[in-house]
Amino acid sequence: MGGNVSAVIGVFSLVSVLAGALFAVGRLRGRRGIATPGQRATYEVLHTAGLAAEPLRAGLNPADAAKAARHLRTLVGAAGLALTDTDDLVALDGRGAHHREQLRTAARRVIASERSTVLGEAELTCNRIDCPVRGAVVAPLGGASGRIAGALVAVTDGAPAPGLVQATLETAHWAGSQVALAELDSSRERLARAEVRALRAQISPHFIYNALTAIGSFVRTDPERARELILEFAEFTRYSFRAHGEFTTLAEELRSIDRYLTIERARFGDRLQVRLQIAPEVLPVTLPFLCLQPLVENAVRHGLSRKPGTGIVSIEARDAGAECHITVEDDGVGMDPATLTAGIAELAGSTGDPGDDPGQHVGLSNVDERLRSVFGDGFGLVVETGVGLGTKVSMRVPKFHPGVRAGS
Amino acid sequence: MGNDLVVPAIVAVTLVTVAIGFYGLRLARTTSDFLVASRVISPTWNAAAIGGEYLSAASFLGVAGLILKYGVDVLWYPVGFAAGYLALLLFVAAPLRRSGAFTLPDFCELRLGSRRLRTLATIFVIFIGWLYLLPQLQGAGLTLATLAGSPYPVGALVVGVVVTANVALGGMRAVTFVQAFQYWLKLTALAVPAIFLALQWQADGRPAVTPPDGSTFRTATTVVVEQRAVLTLPDGQTREVRPGDELSFAEGEPVPEVSGVANGATDWLLPNDAGSGDRGLFATYSLILATFLGTMGLPHVLVRFYTNPDGAAARRTTLVVLALVGVFYLLPTIYGVLGRIYTPQLLVTGQTDAVVVLLPEAALGAGTTGRLLAALVAAGAFAAFLSTSSGLLTSVAGVISTDVLGRGSVRGFRLATVIAGVVPVVLALNVSGMDVSQVVGLAFAVAASSFCPLLVLGIWWRGLTDAGAAAGILVGGGAAVTSVLITVLGPALTGWPAALIAQPAAWTVPLAFTVMIAVSLATRRRAPADIGRTMLRLHAPDALRS
Repeated sequence: MGGNVSAVIGVFSLVSVLAGALFAVGRLRGRRGIATPGQRATYEVLHTAGLAAEPLRAGLNPADAAKAARHLRTLVGAAGLALTDTDDLVALDGRGAHHREQLRTAARRVIASERSTVLGEAELTCNRIDCPVRGAVVAPLGGASGRIAGALVAVTDGAPAPGLVQATLETAHWAGSQVALAELDSSRERLARAEVRALRAQISPHFIYNALTAIGSFVRTDPERARELILEFAEFTRYSFRAHGEFTTLAEELRSIDRYLTIERARFGDRLQVRLQIAPEVLPVTLPFLCLQPLVENAVRHGLSRKPGTGIVSIEARDAGAECHITVEDDGVGMDPATLTAGIAELAGSTGDPGDDPGQHVGLSNVDERLRSVFGDGFGLVVETGVGLGTKVSMRVPKFHPGVRAGS
Repeated sequence: MGNDLVVPAIVAVTLVTVAIGFYGLRLARTTSDFLVASRVISPTWNAAAIGGEYLSAASFLGVAGLILKYGVDVLWYPVGFAAGYLALLLFVAAPLRRSGAFTLPDFCELRLGSRRLRTLATIFVIFIGWLYLLPQLQGAGLTLATLAGSPYPVGALVVGVVVTANVALGGMRAVTFVQAFQYWLKLTALAVPAIFLALQWQADGRPAVTPPDGSTFRTATTVVVEQRAVLTLPDGQTREVRPGDELSFAEGEPVPEVSGVANGATDWLLPNDAGSGDRGLFATYSLILATFLGTMGLPHVLVRFYTNPDGAAARRTTLVVLALVGVFYLLPTIYGVLGRIYTPQLLVTGQTDAVVVLLPEAALGAGTTGRLLAALVAAGAFAAFLSTSSGLLTSVAGVISTDVLGRGSVRGFRLATVIAGVVPVVLALNVSGMDVSQVVGLAFAVAASSFCPLLVLGIWWRGLTDAGAAAGILVGGGAAVTSVLITVLGPALTGWPAALIAQPAAWTVPLAFTVMIAVSLATRRRAPADIGRTMLRLHAPDALRS
């Protein structure tokens, strides 16, 4: 019992010390004397700008623009503030709702001419006696790319002062660059999708030629087998040329690899040995579409095509807590790590012509880039190789990542 | 006690478990056949694995002990432990699987898109994990102390160290087949002795469990008291006993009535302790709520659902789990009831949690059969300690390594495992006096008042916002956590406060729901913009997805 009482006292004293520390920190931060007025002003402007930046980065849709407009109005210090896209008002905060139509026309004019303008009382007539709106400053939202994404309208209840005009112009310029960044984000995603498509188009040439020749050799001698192979080939291409979905499950990817290997076995016969070790727990893991198959293709090409005798390709998927670890290994000729890094660096500079034989680098670096763009920089490919030592490619896939989902 | 078979049995089970985890499946699953390698785990296997991980020794040893002590009142424990899967089946299993979330923090991030909420959920996962690990280690200490006569810390340390080392070095890392094997091992270890016990009871002429004039000792017994209690002797005298006192009873002598235990036939057979009135009813409802709704918040159970390929399989798995767990929980009940006849001395010593491991020898005598069966039960209990602890430790360590340490490397996971393992071991060494079932119940109560509202509302109500979820978890879960801390560390309470604190679920669960709904309604603007898409993802049938 004594121990319990002292434990309770200990817990309470710890909690009270913590509370005291929090209180002291709060008091210190609250005291004005610690920062100069200039520092406080800087802090407040940047803080408000930061609050506005987040919704702006999501693009000019009504919900996010409304959030941004609130903070931008504080930043400019106007009575009302509106954001427009190239066509219409998307958000308006504060005064001026009944001037919507006039503001819209003015904004369109500004966007067309790409020059900011100041509206006086004459252009903002209305029949309300108590209307407080006396003027407005309209500035285009132009990013670094030069394209105008919309306009920012600051509504005032007096004649627009030069200070307000300046503040509006600067704010519009800053907001424009944030919107441009949003476009950059979405274009990066589009690029990633385009890469997937490029990869799909890229598997084919060698493989299709080889597969068809292999099947052709069976048509006379073993028509039944040829038929099965053609069906496998059809299924394989259906998966690989699938039009929808950026992600797939490990189980489906493995099924497609199985078809691929069936066809390759028809070509290589007993020379190709496959060893699998798959933890069934990780079969539902979601991963970018076609990110394992190019590795297997690589392993077959390395492990067999350039060396005599049998080659072993092993595929291993292990369950590792919140992640799944996948390795693809071959015992083939391997390569000089320096060549590999040089090849990848070269590719990063050039556009990468998939028709050339350094295609293997294309495959690896494409998978690497896609994994990084989806899961983050910590999840790239790891390649272990040496001349004559075979190649081992490993990747880590998190079991859950926001925004990653099979079949979408 | 001197059963020379117990220690070898325990060592054998430990070694087999470790060895299977390290080597067995690695060899068995290497193949060149894709059809074999990429075969998805069937719901039956998966369900057995969930059962293997879920059926903790703390719960079944504790349930038998409680039934011995309090009678039908506590039958809600086994019922609730099994029925929790009904709630999981109805409200959570399939949508959660379709969401693609692996852990509870994942679900928070996916549904509400808030990193801060994720952190909060992480804290609760770790707390619940530790709170649930504590009774496992405690139970291991007790079992080993009872069977092999070792001091209490030894068992807790052994299980703690074996499991931590095993998980950290990569063995037994949530391997489905190992856990499924553990379920069948536990079932065998309890069912076979139970059959023998029932036969013995038949052969003894079916002695009444609650003889009208009180239980009697069947053999001459010497009892060493371990907990302070007041005994009421048959002649009406009372006597206060202290730990260390030795009492001898002759054959046929009636068992003295012990304070705080259901004694007479009516007490034991009827629900509701006489005299506690509404408080007993309140505690019962609390217990029902905690066990029914707490199962869905246990971190090591939820991660298992990820292994299912789709929502429909998740639902089928849950159904099978319901059956498997339901069958299993019949057995501790039998042990508790027969313990009333064959081991009444445990009521005097206060060591009721040991009834399962002591009963075979007590009923069947110290012959080979009795000793073998006792060893079997001990092995089963140890298998349970190992499997549940390692499942819990894996999930807690996973959460720590990804969300607290922030890196997914193997070394990070090992470090996290050690951190996750040391804390409950230290705690277990310091609290030895509590009923293990009570601690298990508290873990369920915390889960029910934090994650149950989050999951149920998150899945079925579009209006839930991150602020609402955080407020609900903080208020409801926080209240439950406070109750736990007061129960474990604080002073002893009496009357209504004691009932409210010892079984908090009946007020903390509604509190959590209310706060979550109210704050969500107040912060309606914060509802995620893509809620429609998320809901579609959670609820659209699997067939529509491909």
